[in-house]
Amino acid sequence: MTLDVPEGSLTALLGPSGGGKSTLLRVVAGLETPDNGSIEIDGRDVTGLPARERGIGFCFQHYAPFRHLSVRRNVAFGLEVRRRPKAEIRRRVDELLELVHIEHLAERYPSQLSGGQRQRMALARALAIEPTVLLLDEPFGALDAQVREELRSWLRDLHEQISVTTLLVTHDQDEAMEVADQLAVINEGRLEQVGAPTDLYDRPASDFVLRFLGPVTELDGVAVRPHDLALHREPVPGGRRALVQRITHLGFEVRVDLDVEGAGAAWAQLTRPDVGVLGLTEGERVWVSHSASAQQRRRGGLRDVASLSVS
Amino acid sequence: MTARSRWPVRVVALSYLALLIVVPVGSVFYRAFAHGFVAAWVAITTPDALHALWLTLVVALIAVPLNTVFGVGVALILARHRFRGAWLLDALIDIPLAVSPVVVGLALVLAYGQTGWFGRPLAAAGITVIYAVPGIVMASAVVSLPYVVRSVLPVLLEIGTDQEEAAATLGAGPAAVFSRVTLPSIRRGLAYGVTLTTARVLGEFGAVVVVSGNITGKTQTMTLFISNSVENLNSTAAYAGAVLLALLALFVLAVMSAEKKERGPRWRSRSDRSQSDSEPHLLLTG
Repeated sequence: MTLDVPEGSLTALLGPSGGGKSTLLRVVAGLETPDNGSIEIDGRDVTGLPARERGIGFCFQHYAPFRHLSVRRNVAFGLEVRRRPKAEIRRRVDELLELVHIEHLAERYPSQLSGGQRQRMALARALAIEPTVLLLDEPFGALDAQVREELRSWLRDLHEQISVTTLLVTHDQDEAMEVADQLAVINEGRLEQVGAPTDLYDRPASDFVLRFLGPVTELDGVAVRPHDLALHREPVPGGRRALVQRITHLGFEVRVDLDVEGAGAAWAQLTRPDVGVLGLTEGERVWVSHSASAQQRRRGGLRDVASLSVS
Repeated sequence: MTARSRWPVRVVALSYLALLIVVPVGSVFYRAFAHGFVAAWVAITTPDALHALWLTLVVALIAVPLNTVFGVGVALILARHRFRGAWLLDALIDIPLAVSPVVVGLALVLAYGQTGWFGRPLAAAGITVIYAVPGIVMASAVVSLPYVVRSVLPVLLEIGTDQEEAAATLGAGPAAVFSRVTLPSIRRGLAYGVTLTTARVLGEFGAVVVVSGNITGKTQTMTLFISNSVENLNSTAAYAGAVLLALLALFVLAVMSAEKKERGPRWRSRSDRSQSDSEPHLLLTG
């Protein structure tokens, strides 16, 4: 596969667990050796370089904090190894701690931090060496839902602020859509599609991408987004008769399960006002039509090349 | 369990310790000074006693660092590399624990004695191993070989490779990764292993008595000196020597405990303590 990560972008490698995303990230970092293929950073081939010479910042899934060092010493690690002057290290670490909002925790140890705080510390530690590329392995995977939401938008802001080229791995499509400006969908070690989140959502190149990026239902054997199904009280051109089997209220969203004549089960995603206007009840007959916003874009085969460049 | 129901357990545990350790060791201390402090002092400041003490310290100062370096090395190999025959290495490490020290001594005599496989060429080169200090060092190293490996290996496996990899991405070379990350992470386990190794070396009798020849003033260590004193009905020297040996071991224990506490977070939450840390969990026999 070939994947270009444009300078200053935030690219998400998205795919199901065990699909080879993390391995790809570790290969980029130099923690794993690829069987073949190459990695370029800033136009420089780094394939043969050990991790310590690649100048990348890596945030591990479980943050890998140095348990025996305080937060300050954790963040200072990369600079201490490089034997920078003490005063410079101190100044730089203070800046970074402030950047990630944990300046008040500088003297604590990792075991005394919450998951979110450890995550911030790990980021500061990775950024300390002024990496050309920042790699994040499932950055929010180990956090509870609320902290995750908060950190997502924070990471987005942070990226605007420092604009370091970032490659992150996630299996959560919402997370990828929200945070990244470029998505690369990976499945079973193959790159399925690369592009802007809305592009991939609206024009998926394969069934896999369509199904992975959002909810899917089938109408006449064609996979469609359930929010692209419209329900009507009167017959419409191209409309199909369907029986409303069940209406489930999920807050603003309403899920309507249908039995479409001659096509079987499907479901439509409506909003609360939609359902109110229609006056929908279970057991009645309606007409269902498809507004084709997310029509799958078929292409001839998938690319399968072996090199990855990060510029 | 309620506080009340814990009492019987405590009484049993403490009685057990008292019967096996506190009372016997206490009586050694008592008997050592039965004829007064001066008599005890005189008994362990004879040239033979001082030589035995000196030899014990020399042997410990050679064997313990050797086994520390070897032990950490083997533990690193077993924890961080996958290779064929790893199980064999793993099993070999435990042989000194499984085999009686006397057998270890005999094996060394067979291999390194005047007529042994290695002994003959060594003797030709003018090096005497058996019935000399090198043999004592070897015997002590063999019997105390597993302790560092067995206290460091589980810690290495528990901490995993994440921190070492993180250090590498931050620019640390192999030496810096070891000294800045691996070593500090295993220091508690290592301190424990070194303590056990030292205690074993200081107290070893069976293997040493076979390889040393037990020559007073030449190849007699402290434990052999004590045993000889008992045989010669010189009980004051025997008990005083025993006390000295015990104090030496306690000193090592104290130094290593201080080392264990020296670093790391002073305060930890209960949940955190339960899920980690680098405290080794193992039982050793020997």
